[in-house]
Amino acid sequence: MTTLTTPVGAAPARGASPRRRAERRRRIIALAFVLPALLLLGALVVHPVLFSVGRSFFDASGSRFVGGENYAEMFRDPATLTAIRNSAIWVVVAPTLLTGLGLILAVLVEKVRWATAFKLLLFMPMAVSFLAAGIIFRLAYEEDPDKGVLNAAVVGVHDAFKESSSYPTARAREGQGLDRAPDGSYRTTGAVSPGDTVTLGFVGVPPADVPAGAKPAAPVRAGAGELGGAVYLDFTPGGGGRPGVVDAAERGLPGMTVEAERDGRAVATATTAADGSFRFGELAAGSYTVRLPAANFAPPYEGVSWLGPALVTPAIIGAYLWIWTGFAMVLIGAGLSSLPRDALEAARMDGASEWQVFRRITVPLLAPVLTVVFVTLVINVMKVFDLIYIIAPGPVQEDATVLATQMWLVSFGGGNNQGLGSALGVLLLLLVIPAMVFNVRRFRRSQS
Amino acid sequence: MSATVTAPPSKAPAPAPAPTSRPVPGRAAGGRLRRWLGNGLVRAFLVVVGLVWVTPVAGLLLSSLRSASDNAASGWWTALTAPGQLSLDNYTALLGNAGITRAFWNTVLISVPTTALVVVIAALAGYAFAWLEFPGRDWIFLLVVALLVVPVQVGLLPVAKLFGQLGLFGTIPGVVLFHVAYGLPFAIFLLRNYFADIPREMLEAARMDGGGEWRIFTRLVLPVGRPAIASLAIFQFLWVWNDMLVALLFADSSSQPLTVELQSQVRLFGSNIDVLAPGAFLSLIVPVVVFFAFQRHFVQGVMAGSVK
Repeated sequence: MTTLTTPVGAAPARGASPRRRAERRRRIIALAFVLPALLLLGALVVHPVLFSVGRSFFDASGSRFVGGENYAEMFRDPATLTAIRNSAIWVVVAPTLLTGLGLILAVLVEKVRWATAFKLLLFMPMAVSFLAAGIIFRLAYEEDPDKGVLNAAVVGVHDAFKESSSYPTARAREGQGLDRAPDGSYRTTGAVSPGDTVTLGFVGVPPADVPAGAKPAAPVRAGAGELGGAVYLDFTPGGGGRPGVVDAAERGLPGMTVEAERDGRAVATATTAADGSFRFGELAAGSYTVRLPAANFAPPYEGVSWLGPALVTPAIIGAYLWIWTGFAMVLIGAGLSSLPRDALEAARMDGASEWQVFRRITVPLLAPVLTVVFVTLVINVMKVFDLIYIIAPGPVQEDATVLATQMWLVSFGGGNNQGLGSALGVLLLLLVIPAMVFNVRRFRRSQS
Repeated sequence: MSATVTAPPSKAPAPAPAPTSRPVPGRAAGGRLRRWLGNGLVRAFLVVVGLVWVTPVAGLLLSSLRSASDNAASGWWTALTAPGQLSLDNYTALLGNAGITRAFWNTVLISVPTTALVVVIAALAGYAFAWLEFPGRDWIFLLVVALLVVPVQVGLLPVAKLFGQLGLFGTIPGVVLFHVAYGLPFAIFLLRNYFADIPREMLEAARMDGGGEWRIFTRLVLPVGRPAIASLAIFQFLWVWNDMLVALLFADSSSQPLTVELQSQVRLFGSNIDVLAPGAFLSLIVPVVVFFAFQRHFVQGVMAGSVK
């Protein structure tokens, strides 16, 4: 490096004082130190920015000057409009949720002894690429509840609260006393009256769908003023059963909802027992119809379509939270640990509840840190690309697109409109500038 | 490295005057019970959050250890009760996959030189901006800081054109140069500010001893700046290791890193989890090892780098 300091061939000007020569030497050394950085920045950053700004005023092929046409196009084209709308959702929702979640976790984690381990765990996703995170969540959001863990959980919770003993494939044989209504429910063909025993036979239920606890069908003998019977699977394994008759080996269908209807209105409801039996007590004399509502035959609940057009953006924001919450928590936690302990303790001694301490003291004191976290997240959210590119399945990509992905699609991904692409890039740059200015100013202040 | 951790304001709202009466014992006991119950709730909540964070990764790991037919038939959680499903077959297949292994080495060949170049070039420039004098120094530094805002997206198109003319498009050196250029503004910003805190007397003393600037730089500035350099290096390494966007454009099929190789397979998601899951795991294990090996520097590096 030192050899660079004497310019080759050019002898120092005759008569220059040694001091001035030393001065010049120092400057040349200094330039040698910054030159590599300045060359790279000039060629690969400064020049491209200027080029992009200029390019954004030209048409797709770059041959015709179109003025602000690309910028106007941005707000006309439905695809870029979707991107702008989605970017707005991202920028508002993700930093807000992250800052809030980070604050809550930072406060709570101080109360446990394994705080460090917890922080490490939540921070770890920051090390992982968006690609890997994308694959992880693509897997978790898988729609089939037998594959996607999220839908498995959703279906599990749903079924725990709502009995799912339905028989989507069950049907009644024609002409054996049950008629199918257009909405999928079944009604007895003839009228029944109290004292009758009604057996309702179904077929088409695969053995795997019959609940394990099902017992051989045993119709209830209805007493006076009662209507009873059984819903059963009219099929004898191995053959030999008679259609329309409850045979010995035939099992009941438990968990069916049965209604007794009079004049088209349900007056009583029962659920079949393990042997398929049901009973309606204390019915007034008259003629009734027994009805099996369509819900008995509805297909099972399949969970949520996370990556469908409606939910894809919230779903990807969820993955983003998984990556960045640790960051927000650790940063806010650092601010928290430098709060004046005595102020908090004094308030507690005064009988302030934890909530009051949090609301009145912690949050106001942390406001500067919270702002920093929020602004930093805004900058990073603006540039989110890989996560959307990976998680959104092909057909849904246009519903999930944001400025950064749209810029890519327009310029390189088939659109090949580099004029519009450059305009989108410039817009992205303009949107990031305010947040960046904030960060740099704050940094300079913290330095002085 | 307090790049993002602002000092909290020193003036707190004056706390209420000290309590005048001691709390009644009964109330204290009630408070203790409440606090104990509250802590139980807090613990339970944090455990649930922790599980939510672990589950997706566990899903990836277990999926990567199951056969394609198992993954097609049932969820990864069934392996918890039937560990017989797990085997290393997918990984053996992956390591025999020429595309994946080459992509892995490409990732190394891109991220290691990038990190080294960014650190060296930024350290030189950072020292010059902090302690050497040349015309327009402060203005140029301000310009460099202003370049922090430029998102890589803005550079893609023009640099692609430039690299096309230079024959660098689709090559590893092209990808490296792009990453270096876009890593520099932040790196210079960080190191200049760190170097500027070196006490002037230390440098003057070194100059008095007759040390040239190069000597001062290598013998004094670099050793003193080691914590900042370590954080920068880790951040930069991860940034490049995890990058997909830049390589997606600038690398061709023979120079593409793991992220790009894997994303090309995502199109067939569902039918090739046996390749994607172990591939994703391979790509994330390196950063995670770096994470646990250099925890402190890592957290500082990521914290500082996030201002970008």
